[in-house]
Amino acid sequence: MSQAAVKEQTLPRAKQNKKPKWQRMGFFGYASLIIVTLLSIFPFYWMFIVASNGTDEISKIPPTLVPGPRFFTVVSSVYEALPQFNQALLNTVYVGTVVAVAQVFFSAIAGFAFAKLNFKGQKFMVLFVILTMMLPSQLGIIPLFILISQMGLMDSLGALIIPALVTAFGVFWMRQVIDAQVPNELLEAASIDGAGVFRAYWSIVLPIIAQSSFVLGLFSFLATWNDFLWPLLVLNTPENFTAQVAVNQLKSSYAIDYALNMGGAFLSTAPLLVLFIFVGRRLVRGVMDGAVKG
Amino acid sequence: MSQTTVGNARASKPPSPWKPTRPVKKLNNPNAVLSLNGRWAFLFTAPFFVMFLIFGLAPILFSIVIAFYNYDALGTQEFIGTANFEELFVDSRFWNALVNTIDIWLLSTIPMLIMSIGLAAILHNPNLRGSTFFRTILLVPNITSVLAIAIVFGQLFGRDFGMVNIIIGALGFEHVDFIQGTQSSHIAIASMIVWRWTGYNALIFLAAMLAIPGELYESASLDGAGKWKQFIYVTLPSLRNTITFVLIVGTIGGLQVFAEPLILGGSYNGGDSGQFSTLTLFLFEQAFVAYKWGYAAAIGIMITVIVAIVSVINFFITRKLAGDGK
Repeated sequence: MSQAAVKEQTLPRAKQNKKPKWQRMGFFGYASLIIVTLLSIFPFYWMFIVASNGTDEISKIPPTLVPGPRFFTVVSSVYEALPQFNQALLNTVYVGTVVAVAQVFFSAIAGFAFAKLNFKGQKFMVLFVILTMMLPSQLGIIPLFILISQMGLMDSLGALIIPALVTAFGVFWMRQVIDAQVPNELLEAASIDGAGVFRAYWSIVLPIIAQSSFVLGLFSFLATWNDFLWPLLVLNTPENFTAQVAVNQLKSSYAIDYALNMGGAFLSTAPLLVLFIFVGRRLVRGVMDGAVKG
Repeated sequence: MSQTTVGNARASKPPSPWKPTRPVKKLNNPNAVLSLNGRWAFLFTAPFFVMFLIFGLAPILFSIVIAFYNYDALGTQEFIGTANFEELFVDSRFWNALVNTIDIWLLSTIPMLIMSIGLAAILHNPNLRGSTFFRTILLVPNITSVLAIAIVFGQLFGRDFGMVNIIIGALGFEHVDFIQGTQSSHIAIASMIVWRWTGYNALIFLAAMLAIPGELYESASLDGAGKWKQFIYVTLPSLRNTITFVLIVGTIGGLQVFAEPLILGGSYNGGDSGQFSTLTLFLFEQAFVAYKWGYAAAIGIMITVIVAIVSVINFFITRKLAGDGK
């Protein structure tokens, strides 16, 4: 009999229902969470404040803390400084979607093989995948730059898509997910019924991992959206810019125009915040499912 | 159709190249489903390995080669042995970048770790109302781009009209020039990293805390342990592996920090006097401003070595510290 069971019998019922002291939620806990919430949201709020007031209004003491009337003036100055801003947003959506779909597809089949199939070199290959995740990504950046330019991909969206089609992180993540979520018994039963590897993957594995695949796709999409240095290095013409490169362009084309910069930053961030309203809870679950426990 | 038996990979009658013709003696994957033909694994993992070979491994190997060359964008290709590394060891910019990187890493990692464990402990309380809301809010900073946030923080830390300095001024202190100062610029950069990662890591710690068996707390409570003692003797020791994981991931990222200083300074210099130049920023400056590719490759190798050393040290320190708590 376990310790917990012993306790259950010896403790009076009333005492069990009353919450122990550590479980009570105090003022301090809520206060900390509210402060953290405000701090997490403030930079976005501030982006909008600056973008809607103009640089002059915030360059005074005390600064304005409420939205101003100039938001559309600032937005039009963003489009004036970089007429291709909408194109940049579309490019980013395109690259992000292609990369997300490709990463989910390739990671899921490789993760399935690593988790459920028995083949020679399996252990070594998994170790190899883990080791490659530890390598600093900057290590090969110069040869990659040369390679991409020799492939004729410089200044094209292909330079962003092709090297990102599949990552070690994605493969490892899908392996963990399939290992944890797909019971071997189901696959064994399917193969007794005559299913081959493809059929088992399609009819058993895919439906189970659909949710997690969606989360991996979202993370790939967000990472691609926010990627900054590589697009900056390989893209030159404004028609091919991604949102980040476009925002950076605003930054360098004038001295320091905070309203213009923050207007651009706001326009490039707002789509993500809207997306987050719909998928935030799933992302939270994804992060927590992937955590190392114990 | 298939005559394979469960838990046994013996051949079925018609010999096919895709079916094993002899019994598998050694299990390569103990968790595998043996009734599925393992040879398909090579096809399934091929896209990853092919892509990694071309866009991951080959560039890294080539980097290691050109680190021993005088190699630049103009076509110079001259083998110079370890000269790049010798130059690097006496290059004050390298040491400056190393010190800055470690300082920023310490300034961000320690507060981030303490605050994220604290936040996780608060969220762990089963009586918390609105826990889904708070959990979701914690992830918001993590999904935004470093660029957008660096623009906002750059303004907030501005010398004359930045919010931070207005508050410092209101408290009766002199304004701090966060961009020009060495330590102050490190604080500004570290605060961006802390802002971005505290919530994310709090969720990781929360997941680990939720996996701790409730009986441990119940028995500690019966033994008279208060809230604080339960945290020290039950929660912290159970988080040992998670802390190691967060620290190692944080170290790999932290020692490669470049986007925040790059945007804050607006150039690859890392400030007018390199006061917030970091190792990776120095690499990019050598690669894409000075076009000294061989030298930049040597810096990349040094970053990898440093990351590996610090990760191993981290691993043992966390093991030891958390082990004593038991």
